[in-house]
Amino acid sequence: MPTVSYVAFDGTETIVTGFAGDSVMETAVRNGVPGIVAECGGSLSCATCHVFLCADSAGLFPPKLDLEDDMLDGTAIDREDNSRLSCQLKLTDDVSVHVQTPETQV
Amino acid sequence: MGDTTAAPRLGTLIIGNCQAGVQLASTLRELGDTDPITLVGEEPHAPYQRPPLSKAFLKGEATADSLAFRTHDFYREHSIDLVPRERIFRIIRNADGGVATAESGRTFAFARLALTTGAVPRTIPFEGSELEGVSYLRTATEATVLEQQLREARNVVVVGGGFIGLEVAAGARAAGKNVTVLEAAPRLVGRAVSEQTSEFYLQAHRRRGIRVVLNAQVVRFVGEHDRVTGVELGPRDGDGSGEIVAADVVLIGVGVVPRTELAVQLGIEVENGIVVDARALASDGLTVAAGDCANMPNPSIGDFGVGRIRLESVQNAVEQAKVAAATLLGLPAEHRTVPWFWSDQADLKLQIAGLSGGHDRVVLRGEPDSEKFSVLYYRDGRLIAADCINSPLDFMAVKNALHRGLSVPADVATDTTVPLKKLFVAVETADAGRAVAAPVAVDLAPPAVPVPAGSPAA
Ligand SMILES: Cc1cc2nc3c(=O)[nH]c(=O)nc-3n(C[C@H](O)[C@H](O)[C@H](O)COP(=O)(O)OP(=O)(O)OC[C@H]3O[C@@H](n4cnc5c(N)ncnc54)[C@H](O)[C@@H]3O)c2cc1C
Ligand code: FES
Repeated sequence: MPTVSYVAFDGTETIVTGFAGDSVMETAVRNGVPGIVAECGGSLSCATCHVFLCADSAGLFPPKLDLEDDMLDGTAIDREDNSRLSCQLKLTDDVSVHVQTPETQV
Repeated sequence: MGDTTAAPRLGTLIIGNCQAGVQLASTLRELGDTDPITLVGEEPHAPYQRPPLSKAFLKGEATADSLAFRTHDFYREHSIDLVPRERIFRIIRNADGGVATAESGRTFAFARLALTTGAVPRTIPFEGSELEGVSYLRTATEATVLEQQLREARNVVVVGGGFIGLEVAAGARAAGKNVTVLEAAPRLVGRAVSEQTSEFYLQAHRRRGIRVVLNAQVVRFVGEHDRVTGVELGPRDGDGSGEIVAADVVLIGVGVVPRTELAVQLGIEVENGIVVDARALASDGLTVAAGDCANMPNPSIGDFGVGRIRLESVQNAVEQAKVAAATLLGLPAEHRTVPWFWSDQADLKLQIAGLSGGHDRVVLRGEPDSEKFSVLYYRDGRLIAADCINSPLDFMAVKNALHRGLSVPADVATDTTVPLKKLFVAVETADAGRAVAAPVAVDLAPPAVPVPAGSPAA
């Protein structure tokens, strides 16, 4: 099964086992992982599921599409090169994903 | 009755286990509340998201399970007692707590009470409303039936040209159905957007092959063998009379009414929802209410006297529930934020930031026929809201500008070659200082604000 490690701004790490097909956002929200708000529930409308994808996990996901790229321009904490919207990161079998969550989402 | 040696410790009872209720329970725990929390609701499912019901769900891309907000483990680990299938119909309370009774006879004693009872679709008592194939859309149960009916349907009629109706219409049309939208008003989504945005949706949906009838007067639903077969229209100017629009499925989406019956019973003030203050506190000074059921002071930064408002949106349910949770724990928090909303209609993404009520000027940024543009709303020369169609950059820019108390001068906002966020300026109106200094919405989102010492949770 896939696992996701979420490292919060203050350094606390939460590791959650997820399901293939679920997104990094869904996995966080369903398990109450702090740091991801996801008001729009994954419909690419809110940009409150912003994460920084760690280098070791970059190759696990397809590159972002234009809409995600545009939404990233308005995140509460400014985007970095490794910024993604976690609702667009779908887990596949047995991957282990590492992300950092920003200080705030709104 | 069994042996009761010690009286159980009473905690918070939250009635209504959807968007606002789940958020309220989660925030209570984030803020350090260790008392029992009971989250009770009448629906059979674990709490789930509603917005996809009129979108992905009808395409078969989601199920009630996949829309769940939290895992069962989450509720267990956070000691949130989730109680589905119980409809509360009576509450007796005093200043120290009380007891709520469900129709099953089960009782729930509480020390603190939150009402997150949401809203129900407004019904219209047309002749033929009981025919099979005529439905409303609020719950996953209703969406499941509608999804099956739509799969087999050829002719779909949507009564009401609001967001939910148009989302369903657009989805059905994309799936190749004959779709007719019947709107009683002279324009679409009249309650929520400007004439420019209404006109855009009219043209865009017509371009996609949806028949939209404005000023439509539904007379009754007609059927055969208890199944709906059509919708009879009244006479319209220059359009004959008594037309029957063929229909295998009729969705009625004519707005919702807040569920206030429990509040009324408690003697709490109710007017278009449960009247609450900026702390989500009802008129009894004890009960909190949040989400679609609550009528609150306008939360916009720079409130231009739009007064009270009841907002039907995820963002509002979430923010207000956080405030309500803080209030229950005696922590300071105030609902004051930039409201926002979205609607996905087939390939048309609408994102609204701010509240346009009270605007005195409308500026178009971009060309509506290109299906990528924004409508900016101004008041006293200051940006107060925007409807952004397929323009997430504009949306994010406006949302951020409003959050920071900034504006974009109307005369330069039309220049689509410059990103909006490069055009932000400080507001030069009399209340600019107040707007920037105003208490911005409590951000109780994780990482949560530390619970101040001396609070009940500390
Ligand atoms: C089809 C659809 C699409 C939507 N799309 C969007 C969108 O794109 N964007 C957006 O921002 N918003 C959208 N919304 C609106 C959004 O879903 C609501 O604003 C939000 O659900 C409000 O949450 P709530 O918790 O206040 O109320 P509700 O979701 O209505 O929850 C209230 C719950 O309380 C229960 N309840 C009420 N009374 C009792 C009682 N006496 N006893 C027990 N249980 C009770 C109800 O059964 C219900 O489950 C949509 C809504 C629908 C229906
Ligand atoms: S959850 Fe809203 S954009 Fe990802």
